[in-house]
Amino acid sequence: MIVDTLRFATAGSVDDGKSTLVGRLLHDSKSVLSDQLAAVEAASLRRGQQAPDLALLTDGLRAEREQGITIDVAYRYFATPRRRFILADTPGHVQYTRNMVTGASTADLAVVLVDARNGVVEQTRRHAAVTALLRVPHVVLAVNKMDLVDYAEPVFAAIAEEFTTYAASLGVPEITAIPVSALAGDNVVEPSAHMDWYGGPTVLEHLETVAVVADPAGDAARFPVQYVIRPQTAEHPDYRGYAGQIASGVLRVGDAVTVLPSGRTSTIEAIDVLGEATDAAWAPQSVTVRLADDLDVSRGDLIASAASAPTPTRDVEATVCHVSDRPLHPGDRVLLTHTTRTVQAIVKEIPSRLTLGDLSQHPAPGALTANDIGRIVVRTAEPLALDAYADSRRTGSFLLIDPADGTTLAAGMASTAV
Amino acid sequence: MTTAAPRAGDTGSPYALAHLDVLESEAVHIFREVAGEFERPVILFSGGKDSIVMLHLALKAFTPAAPPFALLHVDTGHNFPEVLDYRDRTVARHGLRLHVASVQEFIDAGRLQERPDGTRNPLQTVPLLDAIEKSRFDAVFGGGRRDEEKARAKERVFSLRDEFGGWDPRRQRPELWQLYNGKHSPGEHVRVFPLSNWTELDVWQYIAREKIELPSIYYVHERKVFRRNGMWLAPGGWGGPKEGEQLELRQVRYRTVGDMSCTGAVESDADTVEKVIAEIAASRLTERGATRADDKLSEAAMEDRKREGYF
Repeated sequence: MIVDTLRFATAGSVDDGKSTLVGRLLHDSKSVLSDQLAAVEAASLRRGQQAPDLALLTDGLRAEREQGITIDVAYRYFATPRRRFILADTPGHVQYTRNMVTGASTADLAVVLVDARNGVVEQTRRHAAVTALLRVPHVVLAVNKMDLVDYAEPVFAAIAEEFTTYAASLGVPEITAIPVSALAGDNVVEPSAHMDWYGGPTVLEHLETVAVVADPAGDAARFPVQYVIRPQTAEHPDYRGYAGQIASGVLRVGDAVTVLPSGRTSTIEAIDVLGEATDAAWAPQSVTVRLADDLDVSRGDLIASAASAPTPTRDVEATVCHVSDRPLHPGDRVLLTHTTRTVQAIVKEIPSRLTLGDLSQHPAPGALTANDIGRIVVRTAEPLALDAYADSRRTGSFLLIDPADGTTLAAGMASTAV
Repeated sequence: MTTAAPRAGDTGSPYALAHLDVLESEAVHIFREVAGEFERPVILFSGGKDSIVMLHLALKAFTPAAPPFALLHVDTGHNFPEVLDYRDRTVARHGLRLHVASVQEFIDAGRLQERPDGTRNPLQTVPLLDAIEKSRFDAVFGGGRRDEEKARAKERVFSLRDEFGGWDPRRQRPELWQLYNGKHSPGEHVRVFPLSNWTELDVWQYIAREKIELPSIYYVHERKVFRRNGMWLAPGGWGGPKEGEQLELRQVRYRTVGDMSCTGAVESDADTVEKVIAEIAASRLTERGATRADDKLSEAAMEDRKREGYF
């Protein structure tokens, strides 16, 4: 049996009980070790708290502990016999949208928390919008603090209905709503004894069983070249292999491929998985590919299936999350990093800014500042082999970088090549 | 032609990948990004298990060519002889270039002061930064893992360091998708952590799967040790045992390998990699909690060391 990995992100504020839920998941799955718990207990006592504050498990920075808030994404690792988990624990406040976007960018699943007493609030809609925007395939709505609403089914059902309708309208493909009490432990790891009316899985059961592997055979093959391996030794005088990680789809020996942006075509002669030859490899394997023809291929090129190669473009339309404290204006000269290729670019237009809470568009904002989500139009100095982000998270995403000092300015998701 | 592709999993998909394959693939991607983006990368190599796994991954990433990286050992002068021996054999076997930054030389030259407790772990930062500056290394691979410690849980894969080598947690670049931003100004460098998403158990399972040789002290052996602050320490010229500390013969092994003055041994009967894995899986202590005196100093001991340029 294969033990595979689920990467998931949690979003919610302190008030929703996110830290308690995360603490409960780690604690009840026996992933918190005794020295970590002892350190948390000692630190809680010093702060005058009676019970161990499980938030201190993940709030690792001095400033976070001093202010009692989560500032940055924390990564946690735990395992059950069925699966291993990488958790990106992200702060939920609006000024930390960039951190939620960061956590969601690599997540297979997002857990959105709501307080059963408050139901779906603006922050919930914001979190749903981020997961939809970043194309997180699975969303769990954890309706928390059910103990404070007498474990009443109608309360849960109404919140689940409202959220599911809203998230589905944003394009979230799969939503699972679970009534929980993180504090009391209901439906987090163990099934609740208070909610007979709920027949679904606990949070952990769902995390253990949700299907994470899409079918790469259904995706277009994309292989960004990272590095050219040329040993030039007596043993390997003519070896020329293109090293990279398959971004999407399946590569097979004998496949017809197009190298972009040049557009030259060839055939895959051999695939090596870290030293062992294979007939086929797929995302996200790191491999070395050799082509039948002697082409000029280097870092930054994309090897794509000849049948479905993207059309290189210098005009990019995208939705971006602005992650820097330095604003972005029309006319700004930036660097754009897409897969393994970095090119110069100019921000031509910022047509609109989006308010995540109600999804309203604000035309011509003039600039994007930290944590803003907006539409931009960019012109690049060299062509890029972009896919739409909706088709491929890996080859439809990019960064905008300040050429002066290398600061990451914005994270982009290409709509369509135009 | 053999098919190295992973087996079908219980998810039913023939394309499912085992977690070690995913971690390996991710780490290899990181090594290749650095090779493609930086001029003078170097791997921090202590002879500890994490740096040994890093080197193994780097060798696989560029096969059949040699990895385009040198090694850098920050030598505290309090090394386990078994580990130095392992280091030298490994360098010779793979034909690698080794740089050594010596804490002892800095002490002899009066540029560093010995600490009253004899530990040299915090003293590594100055020789490390000096070596980075002198050899103009622009990317420095470290074996740090996010599961080790709560400040490290907030660390990026590509971690920008200023001209003083310092880590400013508030100025970290958001790291999205698998897009790593290695841009830096002259004088700055980037620390790179290919094992960020690995746990201690992952490292050991990978060592078992790949049949990687380790220094012998990772497995149980008989050693004279003494008790200090709840840990078994080995005697040495650095200042142990002191008055009142009794040497005892114990069956021990090391879970981490660092400066002898602050790295504790654990009692064990694990003489094979399989037994080590079983022992770790059952352990109720983290490896740092069990074996590192320096992390017990304060809640923010690791964050403070990292701010000063520690790895």
